[in-house]
Amino acid sequence: MTDNGDKTVEAKRADAPVATQDESARQSSGTTNLPAEREGPKPKLDIRNLDFYYGKHQALKNINLKIPEKQVMAFIGPSGCGKSTLLRTFNRIYSLYPNQRAEGEIWMDGQNILGKDVDVNLLRARVGMVFQKPAPFPMSVFDNVAFGIRLYERLPKADMEERVEQALRRAALWDEVKDMLHKSGAALSGGQQQRLCIARAIAVKPEVILLDEPTSALDPISTARIEELVMELSEDYTIVIVTHNMQQAARISDRTAFMYLGEIIEEGETDQIFTAPREEKTQAYITGRFG
Amino acid sequence: MSLYARRKFVNAFNLTASVLTTLFGLFFLAWILWELFSKGFAGLDITLFTADTPGPGSEGGGLRNAIVGSLLITLTGILVGAPIGILSGIYLSEYGRGTWLAATVRFVSDILLSAPSIVIGVFVYMIMVAPLGGFSGISGAVALAIIALPVILRTTEDMMLLVPDTMREAAAALGAPRWKVILSVVLRAARSGVLTGVLLAVARIAGETAPLLFTALNNQFFSLDMTRPMANLPVTIFNFAMGPYENWHDLAWAGSLLITLVVLGLNIITRAFLRGKKH
Repeated sequence: MTDNGDKTVEAKRADAPVATQDESARQSSGTTNLPAEREGPKPKLDIRNLDFYYGKHQALKNINLKIPEKQVMAFIGPSGCGKSTLLRTFNRIYSLYPNQRAEGEIWMDGQNILGKDVDVNLLRARVGMVFQKPAPFPMSVFDNVAFGIRLYERLPKADMEERVEQALRRAALWDEVKDMLHKSGAALSGGQQQRLCIARAIAVKPEVILLDEPTSALDPISTARIEELVMELSEDYTIVIVTHNMQQAARISDRTAFMYLGEIIEEGETDQIFTAPREEKTQAYITGRFG
Repeated sequence: MSLYARRKFVNAFNLTASVLTTLFGLFFLAWILWELFSKGFAGLDITLFTADTPGPGSEGGGLRNAIVGSLLITLTGILVGAPIGILSGIYLSEYGRGTWLAATVRFVSDILLSAPSIVIGVFVYMIMVAPLGGFSGISGAVALAIIALPVILRTTEDMMLLVPDTMREAAAALGAPRWKVILSVVLRAARSGVLTGVLLAVARIAGETAPLLFTALNNQFFSLDMTRPMANLPVTIFNFAMGPYENWHDLAWAGSLLITLVVLGLNIITRAFLRGKKH
Protein backbone atom coordinates (compact mmCIF):
# COMPACT_ATOMS: atom_id res chain seq x y z
CA MET A 1 0.00 0.00 0.00
CA THR A 2 2.73 2.43 0.99
CA ASP A 3 4.92 0.87 -1.63
CA ASN A 4 4.47 3.65 -4.12
CA GLY A 5 5.11 6.31 -1.58
CA ASP A 6 8.26 4.55 -0.46
CA LYS A 7 9.53 4.34 -3.96
CA THR A 8 9.03 8.05 -4.53
CA VAL A 9 11.00 8.83 -1.45
CA GLU A 10 13.55 6.31 -2.59
CA ALA A 11 13.83 7.97 -5.99
CA LYS A 12 14.26 11.38 -4.44
CA ARG A 13 16.86 10.07 -2.09
CA ALA A 14 18.83 8.54 -4.93
CA ASP A 15 19.32 12.00 -6.39
CA ALA A 16 21.16 13.18 -3.33
CA PRO A 17 22.49 10.10 -1.58
CA VAL A 18 23.91 11.42 1.65
CA ALA A 19 25.40 8.10 2.75
CA THR A 20 27.05 7.57 -0.60
CA GLN A 21 28.48 11.06 -0.63
CA ASP A 22 29.84 10.37 2.79
CA GLU A 23 31.40 7.15 1.56
CA SER A 24 33.05 8.71 -1.44
CA ALA A 25 34.38 11.50 0.74
CA ARG A 26 35.96 8.93 2.97
CA GLN A 27 37.34 6.97 0.08
CA SER A 28 38.98 9.97 -1.50
CA SER A 29 40.36 11.10 1.84
CA GLY A 30 43.20 8.63 1.69
CA THR A 31 44.36 5.04 1.37
CA THR A 32 42.21 2.27 2.71
CA ASN A 33 44.38 1.26 5.61
CA LEU A 34 44.58 4.78 6.95
CA PRO A 35 42.20 4.80 9.89
CA ALA A 36 39.91 7.71 9.23
CA GLU A 37 38.82 9.61 12.28
CA ARG A 38 35.18 8.51 12.18
CA GLU A 39 35.82 4.87 11.43
CA GLY A 40 37.83 3.63 14.33
CA PRO A 41 39.77 0.46 13.52
CA LYS A 42 40.94 -0.29 10.01
CA PRO A 43 38.43 -1.95 7.72
CA LYS A 44 38.61 -5.71 7.33
CA LEU A 45 36.29 -5.63 4.35
CA ASP A 46 36.06 -2.70 2.00
CA ILE A 47 33.17 -2.94 -0.43
CA ARG A 48 33.32 -0.68 -3.44
CA ASN A 49 30.66 -0.07 -6.06
CA LEU A 50 29.12 -3.50 -5.60
CA ASP A 51 26.19 -4.50 -7.79
CA PHE A 52 24.52 -7.88 -7.53
CA TYR A 53 22.23 -9.68 -9.92
CA TYR A 54 19.92 -12.67 -9.68
CA GLY A 55 19.70 -13.37 -13.38
CA LYS A 56 18.44 -10.09 -14.77
CA HIS A 57 17.11 -8.78 -11.48
CA GLN A 58 19.44 -6.35 -9.76
CA ALA A 59 19.37 -6.97 -6.02
CA LEU A 60 22.19 -4.69 -4.87
CA LYS A 61 22.86 -1.26 -6.25
CA ASN A 62 26.22 0.40 -5.91
CA ILE A 63 27.07 -0.67 -2.38
CA ASN A 64 29.99 1.13 -0.74
CA LEU A 65 30.82 0.09 2.77
CA LYS A 66 33.74 -0.49 5.08
CA ILE A 67 33.50 -3.19 7.70
CA PRO A 68 35.88 -2.57 10.59
CA GLU A 69 38.10 -5.29 11.94
CA LYS A 70 37.15 -7.13 15.17
CA GLN A 71 33.83 -5.42 15.55
CA VAL A 72 30.26 -6.51 15.04
CA MET A 73 28.58 -5.00 12.01
CA ALA A 74 24.83 -5.51 11.72
CA PHE A 75 22.73 -5.26 8.56
CA ILE A 76 19.11 -4.34 9.19
CA GLY A 77 16.26 -3.61 6.83
CA PRO A 78 12.95 -5.03 5.64
CA SER A 79 12.67 -8.42 3.95
CA GLY A 80 14.07 -8.51 0.46
CA CYS A 81 16.21 -5.41 0.91
CA GLY A 82 19.40 -7.29 0.08
CA LYS A 83 20.94 -7.81 3.53
CA SER A 84 21.54 -11.53 3.04
CA THR A 85 22.54 -11.02 -0.58
CA LEU A 86 25.23 -8.58 0.51
CA LEU A 87 26.42 -10.96 3.22
CA ARG A 88 26.60 -13.81 0.71
CA THR A 89 29.06 -11.89 -1.46
CA PHE A 90 31.67 -11.79 1.30
CA ASN A 91 32.45 -15.50 0.99
CA ARG A 92 31.17 -15.78 -2.59
CA ILE A 93 28.74 -18.48 -1.54
CA TYR A 94 26.38 -17.07 -4.20
CA SER A 95 28.72 -18.48 -6.84
CA LEU A 96 27.29 -21.95 -6.16
CA TYR A 97 24.40 -20.77 -8.30
CA PRO A 98 25.30 -20.06 -11.91
CA ASN A 99 22.68 -17.33 -12.47
CA GLN A 100 23.89 -15.12 -9.62
CA ARG A 101 26.69 -12.65 -10.14
CA ALA A 102 28.38 -9.77 -8.36
CA GLU A 103 30.09 -6.79 -9.98
CA GLY A 104 32.37 -4.41 -8.20
CA GLU A 105 35.12 -4.90 -5.66
CA ILE A 106 35.40 -6.26 -2.15
CA TRP A 107 38.83 -5.73 -0.67
CA MET A 108 40.08 -7.87 2.19
CA ASP A 109 43.66 -7.44 3.36
CA GLY A 110 44.76 -5.93 0.09
CA GLN A 111 43.09 -8.50 -2.12
CA ASN A 112 39.95 -8.08 -4.19
CA ILE A 113 38.03 -11.22 -3.19
CA LEU A 114 35.72 -10.89 -6.19
CA GLY A 115 38.76 -11.21 -8.46
CA LYS A 116 38.89 -14.08 -10.95
CA ASP A 117 42.13 -15.51 -9.58
CA VAL A 118 40.77 -15.91 -6.05
CA ASP A 119 40.45 -19.51 -4.85
CA VAL A 120 36.93 -19.48 -3.41
CA ASN A 121 37.59 -22.49 -1.18
CA LEU A 122 40.55 -20.78 0.47
CA LEU A 123 38.47 -17.62 0.75
CA ARG A 124 35.70 -19.52 2.50
CA ALA A 125 38.20 -21.00 4.91
CA ARG A 126 39.02 -17.41 5.91
CA VAL A 127 35.46 -16.12 5.89
CA GLY A 128 33.18 -18.47 7.83
CA MET A 129 29.42 -18.44 7.67
CA VAL A 130 26.53 -19.47 9.89
CA PHE A 131 23.12 -19.77 8.29
CA GLN A 132 19.59 -19.06 9.34
CA LYS A 133 18.63 -22.70 9.64
CA PRO A 134 21.16 -24.82 11.47
CA ALA A 135 22.35 -27.53 9.08
CA PRO A 136 24.35 -30.11 11.02
CA PHE A 137 26.11 -32.54 8.71
CA PRO A 138 24.94 -36.16 8.83
CA MET A 139 27.75 -37.22 11.16
CA SER A 140 28.68 -37.11 14.81
CA VAL A 141 29.03 -33.90 16.82
CA PHE A 142 32.78 -34.40 16.83
CA ASP A 143 33.02 -34.98 13.10
CA ASN A 144 30.82 -31.97 12.41
CA VAL A 145 33.42 -29.76 14.02
CA ALA A 146 36.40 -31.72 12.69
CA PHE A 147 35.06 -31.65 9.12
CA GLY A 148 36.30 -28.16 8.35
CA ILE A 149 39.62 -28.65 10.16
CA ARG A 150 40.35 -31.82 8.20
CA LEU A 151 39.90 -29.95 4.93
CA TYR A 152 43.01 -27.88 5.46
CA GLU A 153 45.04 -29.49 8.22
CA ARG A 154 46.39 -32.94 9.01
CA LEU A 155 46.42 -33.15 12.78
CA PRO A 156 47.38 -35.99 15.10
CA LYS A 157 44.39 -37.40 16.98
CA ALA A 158 45.14 -35.67 20.26
CA ASP A 159 45.58 -32.27 18.61
CA MET A 160 42.39 -32.73 16.69
CA GLU A 161 40.50 -33.56 19.87
CA GLU A 162 41.89 -30.46 21.47
CA ARG A 163 40.89 -28.26 18.54
CA VAL A 164 37.37 -29.67 18.55
CA GLU A 165 37.04 -29.17 22.29
CA GLN A 166 38.36 -25.62 21.98
CA ALA A 167 35.86 -24.76 19.28
CA LEU A 168 32.98 -26.29 21.23
CA ARG A 169 34.03 -24.42 24.35
CA ARG A 170 34.19 -21.13 22.48
CA ALA A 171 30.73 -21.81 21.11
CA ALA A 172 29.50 -22.40 24.68
CA LEU A 173 28.42 -25.90 23.77
CA TRP A 174 31.12 -28.10 25.29
CA ASP A 175 29.46 -28.76 28.63
CA GLU A 176 26.27 -29.86 26.94
CA VAL A 177 27.81 -32.21 24.39
CA LYS A 178 31.03 -33.48 25.96
CA ASP A 179 29.38 -36.80 26.80
CA MET A 180 27.76 -37.24 23.42
CA LEU A 181 30.52 -36.27 21.02
CA HIS A 182 29.94 -39.40 19.00
CA LYS A 183 26.20 -39.05 18.70
CA SER A 184 24.65 -37.61 15.58
CA GLY A 185 24.68 -33.82 15.28
CA ALA A 186 21.03 -34.00 14.26
CA ALA A 187 20.15 -35.29 17.74
CA LEU A 188 20.85 -31.89 19.32
CA SER A 189 18.20 -29.25 19.97
CA GLY A 190 17.80 -26.34 17.57
CA GLY A 191 19.77 -23.92 19.73
CA GLN A 192 22.51 -26.49 20.27
CA GLN A 193 22.63 -27.21 16.55
CA GLN A 194 23.14 -23.53 15.81
CA ARG A 195 25.95 -23.33 18.35
CA LEU A 196 27.39 -26.48 16.76
CA CYS A 197 27.37 -24.63 13.44
CA ILE A 198 29.17 -21.72 15.08
CA ALA A 199 31.71 -24.11 16.59
CA ARG A 200 32.15 -25.65 13.15
CA ALA A 201 32.75 -22.22 11.65
CA ILE A 202 35.29 -21.05 14.26
CA ALA A 203 37.10 -24.39 14.34
CA VAL A 204 38.76 -23.56 11.02
CA LYS A 205 40.05 -20.30 12.54
CA PRO A 206 38.53 -17.87 10.08
CA GLU A 207 39.16 -14.13 10.16
CA VAL A 208 35.62 -13.07 9.45
CA ILE A 209 32.39 -14.71 10.56
CA LEU A 210 29.19 -14.06 8.66
CA LEU A 211 25.93 -14.70 10.48
CA ASP A 212 22.77 -14.80 8.40
CA GLU A 213 19.85 -14.34 10.81
CA PRO A 214 21.37 -16.94 13.11
CA THR A 215 18.69 -16.72 15.78
CA SER A 216 15.52 -16.32 13.75
CA ALA A 217 14.66 -20.00 14.19
CA LEU A 218 15.55 -20.17 17.88
CA ASP A 219 13.76 -19.65 21.18
CA PRO A 220 14.62 -16.62 23.37
CA ILE A 221 16.99 -18.49 25.67
CA SER A 222 19.03 -19.93 22.82
CA THR A 223 18.96 -16.52 21.17
CA ALA A 224 20.39 -14.87 24.29
CA ARG A 225 23.19 -17.44 24.41
CA ILE A 226 24.08 -16.89 20.78
CA GLU A 227 24.06 -13.12 21.24
CA GLU A 228 26.42 -13.35 24.20
CA LEU A 229 28.61 -15.60 22.13
CA VAL A 230 28.69 -13.17 19.20
CA MET A 231 29.80 -10.33 21.45
CA GLU A 232 32.52 -12.49 22.93
CA LEU A 233 33.72 -13.64 19.54
CA SER A 234 34.05 -10.08 18.30
CA GLU A 235 37.17 -9.77 20.42
CA ASP A 236 38.97 -12.05 17.99
CA TYR A 237 36.91 -12.03 14.83
CA THR A 238 35.34 -9.56 12.48
CA ILE A 239 31.64 -10.32 12.60
CA VAL A 240 28.92 -9.37 10.18
CA ILE A 241 25.39 -10.24 11.20
CA VAL A 242 22.16 -9.96 9.27
CA THR A 243 19.15 -9.64 11.49
CA HIS A 244 15.46 -8.94 11.28
CA ASN A 245 15.43 -8.10 14.92
CA MET A 246 16.31 -4.47 15.54
CA GLN A 247 16.72 -4.93 19.28
CA GLN A 248 19.24 -7.62 18.52
CA ALA A 249 21.22 -5.29 16.27
CA ALA A 250 21.09 -2.60 18.95
CA ARG A 251 22.22 -5.04 21.63
CA ILE A 252 25.15 -6.69 19.97
CA SER A 253 26.56 -4.58 17.17
CA ASP A 254 29.14 -1.81 17.13
CA ARG A 255 28.02 -0.49 13.78
CA THR A 256 24.79 -0.85 11.88
CA ALA A 257 23.92 -0.49 8.24
CA PHE A 258 20.31 0.09 7.27
CA MET A 259 19.43 -1.28 3.85
CA TYR A 260 16.41 -0.69 1.71
CA LEU A 261 15.63 -1.88 -1.82
CA GLY A 262 19.16 -3.05 -2.49
CA GLU A 263 20.92 0.07 -1.26
CA ILE A 264 22.59 1.10 1.94
CA ILE A 265 20.54 4.04 3.19
CA GLU A 266 22.62 4.76 6.22
CA GLU A 267 25.57 3.28 8.04
CA GLY A 268 27.19 4.34 11.28
CA GLU A 269 27.73 3.68 14.96
CA THR A 270 24.87 1.55 16.24
CA ASP A 271 24.01 4.09 18.94
CA GLN A 272 23.82 6.86 16.41
CA ILE A 273 21.67 4.83 13.98
CA PHE A 274 19.18 3.96 16.68
CA THR A 275 19.09 7.26 18.57
CA ALA A 276 19.82 9.90 15.96
CA PRO A 277 19.45 8.52 12.45
CA ARG A 278 20.35 11.00 9.78
CA GLU A 279 17.97 9.58 7.22
CA GLU A 280 14.22 9.87 7.38
CA LYS A 281 13.87 6.35 6.03
CA THR A 282 16.04 4.89 8.78
CA GLN A 283 14.03 6.77 11.35
CA ALA A 284 10.81 5.40 9.86
CA TYR A 285 12.12 1.84 9.89
CA ILE A 286 13.57 1.75 13.38
CA THR A 287 10.47 3.32 14.86
CA GLY A 288 8.38 0.67 13.17
CA ARG A 289 6.52 2.85 10.71
CA PHE A 290 7.26 0.42 7.89
CA GLY A 291 9.12 -2.81 7.19
CA MET B 1 -30.29 -31.52 0.37
CA SER B 2 -28.38 -28.83 2.19
CA LEU B 3 -24.87 -28.04 1.09
CA TYR B 4 -23.44 -29.54 4.22
CA ALA B 5 -25.42 -32.78 4.02
CA ARG B 6 -24.39 -33.11 0.42
CA ARG B 7 -20.75 -32.66 1.30
CA LYS B 8 -21.06 -35.31 3.99
CA PHE B 9 -22.63 -37.69 1.51
CA VAL B 10 -19.87 -37.12 -1.05
CA ASN B 11 -17.30 -37.71 1.67
CA ALA B 12 -18.92 -40.95 2.79
CA PHE B 13 -19.23 -42.16 -0.79
CA ASN B 14 -15.61 -41.44 -1.62
CA LEU B 15 -14.37 -43.01 1.57
CA THR B 16 -16.36 -46.19 0.94
CA ALA B 17 -15.24 -46.37 -2.68
CA SER B 18 -11.57 -45.95 -1.84
CA VAL B 19 -11.70 -48.52 0.95
CA LEU B 20 -13.44 -51.01 -1.35
CA THR B 21 -10.92 -50.55 -4.16
CA THR B 22 -8.07 -50.93 -1.67
CA LEU B 23 -9.57 -54.16 -0.40
CA PHE B 24 -10.03 -55.34 -3.99
CA GLY B 25 -6.33 -54.86 -4.64
CA LEU B 26 -5.26 -56.38 -1.36
CA PHE B 27 -7.52 -59.36 -1.97
CA PHE B 28 -5.51 -60.46 -5.00
CA LEU B 29 -2.23 -59.86 -3.26
CA ALA B 30 -3.41 -62.01 -0.36
CA TRP B 31 -4.65 -64.66 -2.77
CA ILE B 32 -1.28 -64.83 -4.54
CA LEU B 33 0.56 -65.09 -1.24
CA TRP B 34 -1.88 -67.74 -0.01
CA GLU B 35 -1.43 -69.86 -3.13
CA LEU B 36 2.35 -69.46 -2.95
CA PHE B 37 2.56 -70.43 0.68
CA SER B 38 0.15 -73.35 0.51
CA LYS B 39 1.73 -74.83 -2.63
CA GLY B 40 5.33 -73.79 -2.11
CA PHE B 41 5.79 -74.28 1.59
CA ALA B 42 5.79 -78.08 1.31
CA GLY B 43 8.75 -77.91 -1.06
CA LEU B 44 10.79 -75.67 1.22
CA ASP B 45 13.15 -78.24 2.71
CA ILE B 46 16.86 -78.73 2.89
CA THR B 47 17.11 -80.67 -0.41
CA LEU B 48 15.90 -77.54 -2.18
CA PHE B 49 19.28 -76.01 -1.34
CA THR B 50 21.45 -79.12 -1.64
CA ALA B 51 20.19 -80.92 -4.75
CA ASP B 52 20.35 -79.64 -8.30
CA THR B 53 17.43 -79.36 -10.69
CA PRO B 54 16.18 -82.84 -11.71
CA GLY B 55 16.23 -83.88 -15.33
CA PRO B 56 13.06 -84.97 -17.11
CA GLY B 57 11.54 -88.00 -15.43
CA SER B 58 13.95 -88.21 -12.52
CA GLU B 59 12.66 -88.12 -8.97
CA GLY B 60 13.08 -85.41 -6.29
CA GLY B 61 15.76 -82.85 -6.85
CA GLY B 62 16.24 -79.28 -5.64
CA LEU B 63 17.13 -75.84 -6.92
CA ARG B 64 20.72 -75.43 -5.73
CA ASN B 65 22.17 -74.61 -9.15
CA ALA B 66 19.34 -72.21 -9.94
CA ILE B 67 19.63 -70.44 -6.58
CA VAL B 68 23.40 -70.03 -6.87
CA GLY B 69 23.07 -68.96 -10.50
CA SER B 70 20.42 -66.40 -9.68
CA LEU B 71 22.54 -65.01 -6.84
CA LEU B 72 25.58 -64.72 -9.11
CA ILE B 73 23.72 -63.12 -12.02
CA THR B 74 21.77 -60.72 -9.80
CA LEU B 75 24.81 -59.67 -7.78
CA THR B 76 26.94 -59.16 -10.89
CA GLY B 77 24.11 -57.20 -12.47
CA ILE B 78 23.87 -54.94 -9.41
CA LEU B 79 27.65 -54.56 -9.19
CA VAL B 80 27.61 -53.32 -12.79
CA GLY B 81 24.40 -51.29 -12.60
CA ALA B 82 24.70 -49.68 -9.17
CA PRO B 83 27.91 -47.66 -9.67
CA ILE B 84 26.73 -46.37 -13.05
CA GLY B 85 23.28 -45.57 -11.67
CA ILE B 86 24.57 -43.87 -8.53
CA LEU B 87 27.16 -41.82 -10.39
CA SER B 88 24.70 -40.66 -13.00
CA GLY B 89 22.15 -39.89 -10.30
CA ILE B 90 24.80 -37.73 -8.61
CA TYR B 91 25.46 -36.01 -11.91
CA LEU B 92 21.77 -35.24 -12.38
CA SER B 93 21.24 -33.84 -8.90
CA GLU B 94 24.54 -32.03 -8.38
CA TYR B 95 26.26 -31.06 -11.60
CA GLY B 96 23.63 -31.19 -14.28
CA ARG B 97 20.83 -29.21 -12.68
CA GLY B 98 18.94 -27.29 -15.31
CA THR B 99 21.16 -28.47 -18.15
CA TRP B 100 20.01 -29.89 -21.43
CA LEU B 101 22.11 -33.02 -20.98
CA ALA B 102 20.58 -33.81 -17.58
CA ALA B 103 17.06 -33.36 -18.91
CA THR B 104 17.85 -35.76 -21.74
CA VAL B 105 19.44 -38.35 -19.47
CA ARG B 106 16.42 -38.19 -17.16
CA PHE B 107 14.03 -38.59 -20.08
CA VAL B 108 15.91 -41.55 -21.58
CA SER B 109 16.20 -43.14 -18.16
CA ASP B 110 12.44 -42.86 -17.68
CA ILE B 111 11.87 -44.55 -21.03
CA LEU B 112 14.29 -47.29 -20.02
CA LEU B 113 12.44 -47.67 -16.73
CA SER B 114 9.21 -48.50 -18.51
CA ALA B 115 10.73 -50.46 -21.40
CA PRO B 116 9.45 -54.05 -21.53
CA SER B 117 12.16 -56.25 -20.10
CA ILE B 118 11.92 -58.64 -23.03
CA VAL B 119 13.15 -55.84 -25.30
CA ILE B 120 16.21 -55.50 -23.11
CA GLY B 121 16.69 -59.27 -23.28
CA VAL B 122 16.59 -59.22 -27.10
CA PHE B 123 18.91 -56.20 -27.15
CA VAL B 124 21.55 -57.94 -25.03
CA TYR B 125 21.11 -61.08 -27.15
CA MET B 126 21.99 -58.96 -30.14
CA ILE B 127 24.98 -57.12 -28.66
CA MET B 128 26.46 -59.93 -26.53
CA VAL B 129 25.01 -63.39 -27.00
CA ALA B 130 25.12 -63.46 -30.80
CA PRO B 131 28.60 -61.94 -31.23
CA LEU B 132 30.09 -64.08 -28.46
CA GLY B 133 28.50 -67.15 -29.92
CA GLY B 134 26.47 -68.41 -26.99
CA PHE B 135 24.33 -67.85 -23.96
CA SER B 136 26.20 -66.88 -20.82
CA GLY B 137 25.67 -65.86 -17.22
CA ILE B 138 27.52 -62.61 -17.80
CA SER B 139 25.19 -61.49 -20.58
CA GLY B 140 22.29 -62.20 -18.22
CA ALA B 141 23.98 -59.99 -15.65
CA VAL B 142 24.37 -57.22 -18.23
CA ALA B 143 20.67 -57.43 -19.13
CA LEU B 144 19.74 -57.18 -15.45
CA ALA B 145 22.17 -54.28 -14.98
CA ILE B 146 20.39 -52.37 -17.74
CA ILE B 147 17.08 -52.97 -15.98
CA ALA B 148 18.49 -51.93 -12.59
CA LEU B 149 20.20 -48.81 -13.95
CA PRO B 150 17.21 -46.46 -14.31
CA VAL B 151 15.75 -47.55 -10.96
CA ILE B 152 19.00 -46.74 -9.14
CA LEU B 153 19.61 -43.58 -11.15
CA ARG B 154 16.22 -42.14 -10.37
CA THR B 155 16.18 -42.99 -6.66
CA THR B 156 19.72 -41.65 -6.25
CA GLU B 157 18.75 -38.38 -7.91
CA ASP B 158 15.55 -38.05 -5.89
CA MET B 159 17.27 -38.85 -2.60
CA MET B 160 20.13 -36.42 -3.28
CA LEU B 161 17.64 -33.71 -4.18
CA LEU B 162 15.90 -34.24 -0.84
CA VAL B 163 19.07 -33.03 0.88
CA PRO B 164 18.44 -29.31 1.37
CA ASP B 165 20.70 -26.84 -0.42
CA THR B 166 21.43 -25.23 2.95
CA MET B 167 23.47 -28.35 3.76
CA ARG B 168 25.50 -27.93 0.56
CA GLU B 169 25.98 -24.23 1.33
CA ALA B 170 27.06 -24.97 4.89
CA ALA B 171 29.71 -27.40 3.68
CA ALA B 172 30.88 -25.13 0.87
CA ALA B 173 31.04 -22.23 3.34
CA LEU B 174 33.72 -24.11 5.28
CA GLY B 175 35.88 -24.16 2.18
CA ALA B 176 35.10 -27.69 1.09
CA PRO B 177 35.61 -28.34 -2.62
CA ARG B 178 32.58 -29.50 -4.54
CA TRP B 179 33.46 -33.21 -4.73
CA LYS B 180 34.01 -33.22 -0.99
CA VAL B 181 30.68 -31.53 -0.36
CA ILE B 182 28.96 -34.15 -2.49
CA LEU B 183 30.77 -37.23 -1.16
CA SER B 184 31.12 -36.38 2.52
CA VAL B 185 27.94 -34.45 3.12
CA VAL B 186 25.24 -34.83 0.48
CA LEU B 187 25.75 -38.48 -0.38
CA ARG B 188 26.17 -39.23 3.28
CA ALA B 189 22.90 -37.54 4.13
CA ALA B 190 21.21 -39.45 1.32
CA ARG B 191 22.94 -42.78 1.82
CA SER B 192 20.05 -44.73 3.27
CA GLY B 193 17.86 -43.54 0.44
CA VAL B 194 20.45 -44.45 -2.16
CA LEU B 195 20.92 -47.86 -0.57
CA THR B 196 17.16 -48.29 -0.63
CA GLY B 197 17.22 -47.64 -4.36
CA VAL B 198 19.85 -50.33 -4.82
CA LEU B 199 17.90 -52.84 -2.74
CA LEU B 200 14.71 -52.07 -4.63
CA ALA B 201 16.61 -52.61 -7.85
CA VAL B 202 17.79 -56.00 -6.53
CA ALA B 203 14.20 -56.86 -5.74
CA ARG B 204 13.17 -55.74 -9.19
CA ILE B 205 15.75 -57.79 -11.12
CA ALA B 206 15.68 -60.86 -8.89
CA GLY B 207 12.47 -62.02 -10.50
CA GLU B 208 13.08 -60.91 -14.09
CA THR B 209 12.55 -63.83 -16.48
CA ALA B 210 12.31 -62.54 -20.02
CA PRO B 211 15.76 -60.94 -20.25
CA LEU B 212 17.38 -64.11 -18.89
CA LEU B 213 15.61 -66.32 -21.44
CA PHE B 214 17.59 -64.56 -24.14
CA THR B 215 20.88 -64.28 -22.30
CA ALA B 216 21.74 -66.65 -19.46
CA LEU B 217 19.26 -69.23 -20.75
CA ASN B 218 19.40 -72.06 -18.26
CA ASN B 219 21.59 -74.92 -17.20
CA GLN B 220 20.53 -78.21 -15.75
CA PHE B 221 23.80 -78.57 -13.89
CA PHE B 222 25.66 -76.69 -11.22
CA SER B 223 28.04 -74.15 -12.71
CA LEU B 224 29.96 -71.11 -11.55
CA ASP B 225 31.24 -70.29 -15.02
CA MET B 226 29.72 -66.96 -15.98
CA THR B 227 30.77 -67.38 -19.62
CA ARG B 228 28.49 -70.40 -20.07
CA PRO B 229 24.73 -70.76 -19.84
CA MET B 230 23.70 -70.55 -16.24
CA ALA B 231 20.83 -71.89 -14.20
CA ASN B 232 18.63 -69.30 -12.56
CA LEU B 233 15.41 -69.30 -10.60
CA PRO B 234 13.05 -67.36 -12.89
CA VAL B 235 13.77 -69.38 -16.04
CA THR B 236 13.75 -72.62 -14.02
CA ILE B 237 10.35 -71.72 -12.63
CA PHE B 238 9.17 -70.91 -16.13
CA ASN B 239 10.39 -74.23 -17.53
CA PHE B 240 9.28 -76.38 -14.61
CA ALA B 241 5.84 -74.82 -14.38
CA MET B 242 5.28 -75.63 -18.06
CA GLY B 243 6.74 -79.14 -17.69
CA PRO B 244 4.76 -82.37 -17.35
CA TYR B 245 6.26 -83.69 -14.11
CA GLU B 246 4.79 -83.41 -10.63
CA ASN B 247 8.15 -82.82 -8.89
CA TRP B 248 8.92 -80.03 -11.39
CA HIS B 249 5.67 -78.34 -10.44
CA ASP B 250 6.47 -78.59 -6.76
CA LEU B 251 9.94 -77.12 -7.34
CA ALA B 252 8.46 -74.29 -9.41
CA TRP B 253 6.15 -73.40 -6.53
CA ALA B 254 8.98 -73.61 -4.00
CA GLY B 255 11.17 -71.44 -6.22
CA SER B 256 8.38 -68.88 -6.62
CA LEU B 257 7.91 -68.75 -2.87
CA LEU B 258 11.65 -68.35 -2.40
CA ILE B 259 11.87 -65.36 -4.76
CA THR B 260 8.78 -63.81 -3.19
CA LEU B 261 10.26 -64.18 0.28
CA VAL B 262 13.53 -62.63 -0.83
CA VAL B 263 11.76 -59.67 -2.45
CA LEU B 264 9.51 -59.29 0.57
CA GLY B 265 12.54 -59.41 2.84
CA LEU B 266 14.34 -56.77 0.78
CA ASN B 267 11.33 -54.50 0.93
CA ILE B 268 11.11 -54.88 4.70
CA ILE B 269 14.81 -54.12 5.03
CA THR B 270 14.49 -50.98 2.90
CA ARG B 271 11.55 -49.81 4.99
CA ALA B 272 13.59 -50.33 8.12
CA PHE B 273 16.42 -48.32 6.53
CA LEU B 274 14.18 -45.41 5.70
CA ARG B 275 12.63 -45.45 9.14
CA GLY B 276 16.07 -45.50 10.76
CA LYS B 277 16.94 -42.44 8.72
CA LYS B 278 14.23 -40.28 10.24
CA HIS B 279 15.02 -41.10 13.90
